[in-house]
Amino acid sequence: MATVATPAFSIEEFLLAERGKDLLRFSTAGSVDDGKSTLIGRLLYDTQSVYEDQVKSIEGKGTTAPGQIDFALLTDGLRAEREQGITIDVAYRYFSTARRKFIIADTPGHEQYTRNMATGASTADAAIVLIDASKGVQIQSRRHAYIASLLRVRHVLVAVNKMDLIGYDESTFRAIETEFRAILDQIATDTGSPVEAHFVPVSALKGDNVVHATGAMPWYTGPSLLQLLEALPSALDTRSSPFRFPVQRVLRPDHTFRGFAGQIASGTVRRGDEIAVFPSGRTAKVERIVTFDGEPDEVTAPLSVTLVLDREVDISRGDLIAGVGAAPVVASSVKASLVWMDQRPLDVNRRYMLKHTSHTVPAFVSLIDHRVDLGALKHEPALTLRMNDIGAVSLHLLRPIAVDLYRENRGTGALILIDPETNATVAAGMVTAAQGKTVASEEDEAGAWGHVTSGEREARRGHRGGVLELAGPTELIDAVERSLFAIGAVTCRINAGERATLQHLGLLDAVTDLQTQSGLLTLVARTGDDGALTASAGGFDITLDAENRMHAVAAVHQLLQRAGIFIASEGADL
Amino acid sequence: MPVAESGSAKTSPQMPPVTSPRLNHLRLLEAESIHILREVASEFERPVMLYSIGKDSSVMLRLAQKAFFPGPIPFPLLHIDTGFKFAKMLTFRDEMARQVGAELLVWRNEPAIAAGTNPIALDTKRCCGLLKTQALLDALRHYNFDAAFGGARRDEEKSRAKERIYSFRDGAGQWDPKNQRPELWNLYNARIHPGESIRVFPLSNWTEMDVWQYIHEEKIPVVDLYFAKERPMYVRPMGAGQEALLPIEQDFVARPGEKPQMVKSRLRSLGCSPCTGAIRSDADTLPAIIAELIGFHSSERANRVIDHDQEGSMEIKKREGYF
Repeated sequence: MATVATPAFSIEEFLLAERGKDLLRFSTAGSVDDGKSTLIGRLLYDTQSVYEDQVKSIEGKGTTAPGQIDFALLTDGLRAEREQGITIDVAYRYFSTARRKFIIADTPGHEQYTRNMATGASTADAAIVLIDASKGVQIQSRRHAYIASLLRVRHVLVAVNKMDLIGYDESTFRAIETEFRAILDQIATDTGSPVEAHFVPVSALKGDNVVHATGAMPWYTGPSLLQLLEALPSALDTRSSPFRFPVQRVLRPDHTFRGFAGQIASGTVRRGDEIAVFPSGRTAKVERIVTFDGEPDEVTAPLSVTLVLDREVDISRGDLIAGVGAAPVVASSVKASLVWMDQRPLDVNRRYMLKHTSHTVPAFVSLIDHRVDLGALKHEPALTLRMNDIGAVSLHLLRPIAVDLYRENRGTGALILIDPETNATVAAGMVTAAQGKTVASEEDEAGAWGHVTSGEREARRGHRGGVLELAGPTELIDAVERSLFAIGAVTCRINAGERATLQHLGLLDAVTDLQTQSGLLTLVARTGDDGALTASAGGFDITLDAENRMHAVAAVHQLLQRAGIFIASEGADL
Repeated sequence: MPVAESGSAKTSPQMPPVTSPRLNHLRLLEAESIHILREVASEFERPVMLYSIGKDSSVMLRLAQKAFFPGPIPFPLLHIDTGFKFAKMLTFRDEMARQVGAELLVWRNEPAIAAGTNPIALDTKRCCGLLKTQALLDALRHYNFDAAFGGARRDEEKSRAKERIYSFRDGAGQWDPKNQRPELWNLYNARIHPGESIRVFPLSNWTEMDVWQYIHEEKIPVVDLYFAKERPMYVRPMGAGQEALLPIEQDFVARPGEKPQMVKSRLRSLGCSPCTGAIRSDADTLPAIIAELIGFHSSERANRVIDHDQEGSMEIKKREGYF
């Protein structure tokens, strides 16, 4: 309860020093046993960032020897976790040293929680990857390093923990370092985003090399983890990057003022700078930079400001104001790495809502290029992505947006996918390629209001219009229809009776033609029970054994591909 | 600090200039919070700001002024009045709303207040349930708000460390810690079904120290109960050399034989008077409060009676709909 009364302490000096403090965010991940919570507990405790009442509330609990504090309990938040003894979600911790304020995104390392690791890494400048020295490199450490690299966390601090258990043996540490450096190289080749790795031998339990060097490992003369964290450059510093300013809101308090409010995603803007607005590509000059605290001449990322331009330009929420020069790409198809985060797997061709900067557009995945096998660091073909899978996909957007590549700009290259039915955030995406124009063309303008073209229908549905004639057992026709529905095909079924009527009236061809023009896949079905299914489309015919349903359905899909109704996946227009 | 003295602080000469080559941590936190305020105001139909009069609300209110400047704050303020707030808080509240030019809504659970609900007659848990949680849920439903800003910070309490910035509540206003949406970068998923709502915490990444430093740098007015002064208190021994200092606001707080004493003291956080203990302190200026904070060895909620009801009690309250 007492105030600090050391004679040397001056609050004025303290406040002055605080003004020079910046902010570093880092993520941690580790599996249940490699001592991650203990490490964080130790960082907080040794930097005097925990209060006595918090220590008191955990003393005598936990799994450590009597008299020792179980540091892990300082960070395990929710009741369920306390009961199970594992952390199950991202938790944020705060501490401060004389040089910096730190935000830790503390994420669980258990296999099924890849999504949490990605969440923690998305805002991190650095990542601490833990390796248990007594066990060597495990899949968790590999996975965390991969995700850090994928999410473009530049600095990876590899904490080789539990050195006390192996007698502080240098050669074991060096062997782990050599092995893991090779893995990091492999990862960088895959993600295209190399990391800077720093290896530190630590014992979180004993406190060696976490905050202080303790003399337990005289052979290690490098910095402690905290010393490294204090010295790393912050990734927030993007002053020299191209200027990017997604418009969040148009402020129009009265008819004399019209300003565009947003947070600078990257770069610097000065009064008088020429800017361009995307996707329209129209240009203007910055007349004023407005803030509550006055009108500065120059501002840099990541400040939140309001820009007033020198002329009337049609700008609304979701538009991107950028410096002239390095322009963003205006694209309606992009390639992206996806981290799938939902129980329900990715449905190719299903409509999702894509949120990017301050706008949301309908989009669908047209193609899965591959899934990454994080264990073997290999790519494998995939029909879907499941919870915690990472893959590369092609995305089609129903409206063009102005994007940058994620590796060049975290703010304008990141996206999330939202399931419009459940409203769940189902995936995190990083743009890896975007082909488009630098501005929206007249055609796109028409796209916003004009008639729907067959190309657009095909792009959304993944198939063209056509007629598929089926004759065979009803259950099998049902199964084919169901399988088409499942992949998002838009079908219309005409059964034998209806067919006879339409034919009699001379209307069958007219109806199917119309439907084909509208991009529908018409199923003309005739029930028969001769034990076989015949299917024809686009001049191709096949006869299939009705006994083998799986095979029959797959063969019909192949037929549709051959008939040019299904758009071949290689042809997805990127 | 009286409201009138520093209320119209439009400039803050003590903050480093906006063109400072290296942005300090308060500027970075401010930029993040303003982004959140603007996102919510743009993506929800009926947002509201929960204004609790405390230091965190004061910072949040200033950030809202900054986010929409030179325009007005585009949503109302809502105060859940339990009837047990310090009289000085209410005066301050009305004055601040007037100065900022924001619409102020006050909601009280009148039936429960009329029935004599208080933390002595009931236990603190049930009292909070009726006067805070129930009142809040009723107010949100009554006005049909779909997003409510709160000043909670993640450093306050362990279960809050896992709280998202956009925290989803089902139709009954409840929080499910296992069913939270992942939050990546600064891309917030604002989609909700009819009847659902979100709580938004723009100060999630601020610490108690950041809040006080910002109040100091920005000259933000706060209720004078935060500053040390000789005040009448019931001094109640709690055993093991500990004591509780209970402010004299409500008659029912006193135990038989307890007499008020003058104690130089202040409040570290502002809640309901019967449940908020004061601390002995000489800190009568903002730098003195910050200096005191550096030397503190207990977290700010330690003097809130309510959090100790049972292990993990904040988490239980949150599940039920409390902020």
